[in-house]
Amino acid sequence: MEAFFWVVAIPATVSAVGVVMMRDTVYSALLLVVHLLAVAVLFVLLNAQLIAAVQVVVYAGAIMVLFLFVIMMLGLGRGEGVKEKLPLQRPVALLFGGAMAILLGVVMSQTTIQPVAGALTPGDVLAMGGNTQVVGRLLFSDYLLAFEVTSILLLVAIIGAVVLAKRRL
Amino acid sequence: MPTTQELIAISPEIILALWALSVMFLDLLIAQSRKSILAYWSLLGLLLAGGAEFSLWGREEILFQGAFVQDNLSLFLDLVLLLATGLSLLMAKGYIKDLEMEHGEYYTLTLFATLGGMLMAGAGDLLIVFLGLEVLSLSLYVLSGFRRTEPMAQEASLKYFLLGAFASGFLLYGIALVFGSTGTTLLGGIAVAITEGGLLGDPLLLLGLGLLGVGLSFKVALVPFHMWTPDVYEGAPTPVAGYMSVVAKAAGFAAALRIFLSAFLQLAGDWTLLLSLLALLTMSGGNIIALAQSNMKRLLAYSSIAHAGYILLGVIALNSWGLSSVLFYLAAYGFMNLGAFAVIVALRDGEREYLALNDYAGLGSRHPLLALSMAIFMLSLAGVPPTAGFLAKFYIFGAAVQAGYGWLAILAVLNSVLAAFYYLRVIVIMYMREPAGQVAKMTHSPALALAIFLAVIGTVQLGLFPAAVVELAQASLFPFLGS
Amino acid sequence: MPEDYLPILIYFLIAVGFALAGIATSHLLSFLFVRRRAAKDKLIPYESGMLPQGPARRRFHVQFYLVAVLFILFDIEIVFLFPWAVVFRELQILGLIEMGLFILVLFLGLIYVWKKGALEWE
Repeated sequence: MEAFFWVVAIPATVSAVGVVMMRDTVYSALLLVVHLLAVAVLFVLLNAQLIAAVQVVVYAGAIMVLFLFVIMMLGLGRGEGVKEKLPLQRPVALLFGGAMAILLGVVMSQTTIQPVAGALTPGDVLAMGGNTQVVGRLLFSDYLLAFEVTSILLLVAIIGAVVLAKRRL
Repeated sequence: MPTTQELIAISPEIILALWALSVMFLDLLIAQSRKSILAYWSLLGLLLAGGAEFSLWGREEILFQGAFVQDNLSLFLDLVLLLATGLSLLMAKGYIKDLEMEHGEYYTLTLFATLGGMLMAGAGDLLIVFLGLEVLSLSLYVLSGFRRTEPMAQEASLKYFLLGAFASGFLLYGIALVFGSTGTTLLGGIAVAITEGGLLGDPLLLLGLGLLGVGLSFKVALVPFHMWTPDVYEGAPTPVAGYMSVVAKAAGFAAALRIFLSAFLQLAGDWTLLLSLLALLTMSGGNIIALAQSNMKRLLAYSSIAHAGYILLGVIALNSWGLSSVLFYLAAYGFMNLGAFAVIVALRDGEREYLALNDYAGLGSRHPLLALSMAIFMLSLAGVPPTAGFLAKFYIFGAAVQAGYGWLAILAVLNSVLAAFYYLRVIVIMYMREPAGQVAKMTHSPALALAIFLAVIGTVQLGLFPAAVVELAQASLFPFLGS
Repeated sequence: MPEDYLPILIYFLIAVGFALAGIATSHLLSFLFVRRRAAKDKLIPYESGMLPQGPARRRFHVQFYLVAVLFILFDIEIVFLFPWAVVFRELQILGLIEMGLFILVLFLGLIYVWKKGALEWE
């Protein structure tokens, strides 16, 4: 299992770097698909099957379609003629990104994450029928309000998309 | 399963959600020439929701396994949100008709945005904070770009969306880290986990708290997370800018109160220091840049930034006086700021808006009532007695002194003196300068007049007879601080 | 358990292997038997035998975007059906009501989109 983590994690990282480095936006988008699928496998390794399925259905599926649509809509094809207007932003971004990475690294090394009292162990989850079943039970009891509010949020997004993108209202 | 009692306790939110849905539906049935019916219909919904809030006063209900709390604090904040929404709808009715954007979606999205704010005000779970914030923000992204053919509006919407999505990312990452270290997203549960798990100095928790702070700071526009504010206020329709300046701030502060006081009170030593630095930067930054503005909407944008800095003082003070003055300040700020925006809405010639400061020249002699209202709002924003703004500042600075933040209070007073300069300049221009060139016209409408009238009444009332609202604000804290 | 996904892994490897083998075989055969000549026509994308008209990267109409966004939103709605479906029997009638409410709100959204004509080509 441990070895398999690396088999997936390395392509995930490499493709993520590729997304940023590619000049051609379509290649970037395709590498992002690879990355998202690799992350989905990582979720499976963590026994989070539902999240893995969501990752494939929503991210690698629907959201990537939208990405490609936007690339085609803007006619971005290859990154030709794109000039950086702020020459300083690369070094500054590196500086702050690096600082954030170091901070996160220090925090992670300082913290020993202990299982919280009362949390479910992987064995418990399996005994209760599996990841998706446990999520289902929680979603329709403890997190009911959040679930119903989500439908409102999606509705607002639908109205917003129509208002902003439709020619005649 | 929600019980009947739970459903009654959350009825204001349910009423507002149903009302927004009904507006969305009625919009499909009503002819374009009769869309203004939707404004009255929406106002009726706000009244009903407000009535439900009043009937719930004095209770403390913990709903949906702790995800939502309906206590006096959330009811008070909800009333401020509903009032501000009502005022902005009164302003918007004629405005969106004249500027040819009278679509039912305007009302639907406004009601949903208020619903999001109300969810934040009563959130007992970080997830509800996030969902409420997203409902509020998504609606505002669209509303700020509601003049769809106007390049400035498109820019405002896009800027707000990009930076807002980024801020939501920070907030969500913060929530994830807090969850990782405490194992819960319930605000009460986090406090328990901090005590029981000995997490006081836990780096993961502190980093999570910091990211939560960044996300919320963006939403209430604290310096240095304020860059989007002037551009968005300028490009957004004026009633929307006024609405954002009050509702987004009140909801953001509501969520901050809940998060910092219910969940992270034990880490107060860590976050008060950071917040006092932010308060100082926000007051000074907002006021100094406001001095150089020549556009009324941008001036009010920077002024609203500065006011967020003052309000922060009450949160930092961390005593019951400070928190009740935060509530009082939000109410007073709602009246005076929306009033000022309503005057901007009034000063237009059909489609053309007069936004430059110089357009206000000679307003005192041509439209004395309008100029008088604007003068009252400016005096109140500046904090001159006997207006609401004065008392609000007085209470909040007093609370800061009481809590041992004398230095911060002194700097805040100095800031108010600085701010008085640009507020009073508007009055000077209105009364003492003759208009050069084109004369700004005024558009009458009963709804707009009512909005300005109500804002004047509120501003003066809270300044002269604050006792009732002060008592209400103090009563709002009891179940909350007690728990 | 992750081990249960072994068949999917094997399936995935076979699929990738099949594609790689096809490419490799074709290259090998052409290397062995065909004299290679560079020609511009060979680099044209294969369009079922037709000559392609213009480049493939044409700008899409903005209306596709609206369709794509609406697709995503309703896709997310569907995702919530998975955890509900697996515990549907346990949740009984309450679960049905709770899910019904969720679907109803989004169904109203669908009616809105429909009546507004956002699904029609302008």
